[in-house]
Amino acid sequence: MAHDHGHTEHKLAIFRGRLKFKSNVQKIWGVLIFLSLVTIVEVGLGIYKPSFLVDNYFVGMKYLNWVFIILTIVKAYYIAWDFMHLRDEKSSLRRAVVWTAVFLICYLIFILLQEGTYIEDVKTNGYVKWNF
Amino acid sequence: MEATVSNTGTEGKVWGGGNKPLKTSYGKMMMWFFILSDALTFSGFLAAYGFSRFKFIDSWPIADEVYNHFPGSHGDNPMYFVALMTFILIASSVTMVLAVDAGHHNNKKKTTFYMFLTIIGGAIFLGSQAWEWTNFIKGTHGAVETKGGQILQFVDCHKEDSHGKLLRVSVEDFAKVSHKERVQHKSKNGLWFVSEPALPKYSVQDIVTGFNSHSNLAVRTQEIMPNIERLKASENPADVTKAERFERMYVNADKTGQKGVLTRAESEKALKDAVVYVKGANLVHNEYGNRLFGDFFFFITGFHGFHVFSGVVINVIIFFNIILGTYERRKNNYEMVEKVGLYWHFVDLVWVFVFTFFYLV
Repeated sequence: MAHDHGHTEHKLAIFRGRLKFKSNVQKIWGVLIFLSLVTIVEVGLGIYKPSFLVDNYFVGMKYLNWVFIILTIVKAYYIAWDFMHLRDEKSSLRRAVVWTAVFLICYLIFILLQEGTYIEDVKTNGYVKWNF
Repeated sequence: MEATVSNTGTEGKVWGGGNKPLKTSYGKMMMWFFILSDALTFSGFLAAYGFSRFKFIDSWPIADEVYNHFPGSHGDNPMYFVALMTFILIASSVTMVLAVDAGHHNNKKKTTFYMFLTIIGGAIFLGSQAWEWTNFIKGTHGAVETKGGQILQFVDCHKEDSHGKLLRVSVEDFAKVSHKERVQHKSKNGLWFVSEPALPKYSVQDIVTGFNSHSNLAVRTQEIMPNIERLKASENPADVTKAERFERMYVNADKTGQKGVLTRAESEKALKDAVVYVKGANLVHNEYGNRLFGDFFFFITGFHGFHVFSGVVINVIIFFNIILGTYERRKNNYEMVEKVGLYWHFVDLVWVFVFTFFYLV
């Protein structure tokens, strides 16, 4: 067949080359272990809610929520890069997919959360009363 | 196979469209662009959820109090079940990527086996989600809704739960059912062209009567207690007034982050505005709090669940095609498994975000 499949060869290193695997199958299990660890940390933090992370805010959001969101993006990265093989694709395909999503989603989130906060402000400090 | 490949005479020519700058097949690239567009759809939903949440930031339901069921256990078990669902989906993602890998090695037996495991994982996830929905729809404690669309829940002022919050009390435990003349209008014994939904189990009067005869009860509102000390120390006089209002109305004004429990007098006053008993959730009312909360839950987890469902269906089709040898004949290293794998991983990817924004944050 004329189809060219360059995927029997995989890039087998993760964590910027710090952790190298011998085969693709081994890498898959390694990534599973990493994703499970991250999930366990998330669930642990979700159950115990350390007061240091709950009481302190950064840009209007609790530290804890920042930790959750960052860990989520970390998980998303490894799912996309290793399970969906983005690591093995040409960088042009990877960029076409990833940057498009990143830019549009950042804009969407900014505009909606900004507006939500504004409306909340009008509601609580404006004219709407909490008297049922 | 040759019949499906068209030769245009432009192979290898840059401007003839004959070369592949992205070094990937048409099908795989289109799957990536579909995933990109679907990712934007889900982002739209989640960002809309964020919008509503920031809009009602001081009264949004607390996830731990809503999703606290675990099969076979009656206690308060937040997080465990969704954590389990997350593991199930990640595990089925792993079997999928193993199937893709086996396909690359043209190992039909292994590809079949791993596809089978993936389908099982997807089915278990769907079952778990059905269970989650059932609990959400059935509800636990019940509440009343006021004229203004606020939800009032009930607590026992003398007891605390394991998290140091005042213990929730089910309406069923104290409401006094009275005799009612009013029955549900059914088309078979009334006007055939008119029908109405089932009547609530308790009238507001039943609940108020029950409430008045139990002096240990109080009403819990949706309002989340702010850091009262910080408000009192504020330079802004509006903040100080706000702090005074919290201390006057709520018995737990000092418990930052908890839902406010009204004093007995304020509770009785608040109940005067109650209009309907709410148990569980539907698209209009829910006992957990803000109406939008139920809507977003049904819509986003439902849309994700629909993706999982269609993923399972596609996986089943691919599974049988593998058994029939369709991809073996195509001699392209089981690329179809890789393509459906991309979709399946995407579903997992979305769940990672749904998990964070519905259950963690």
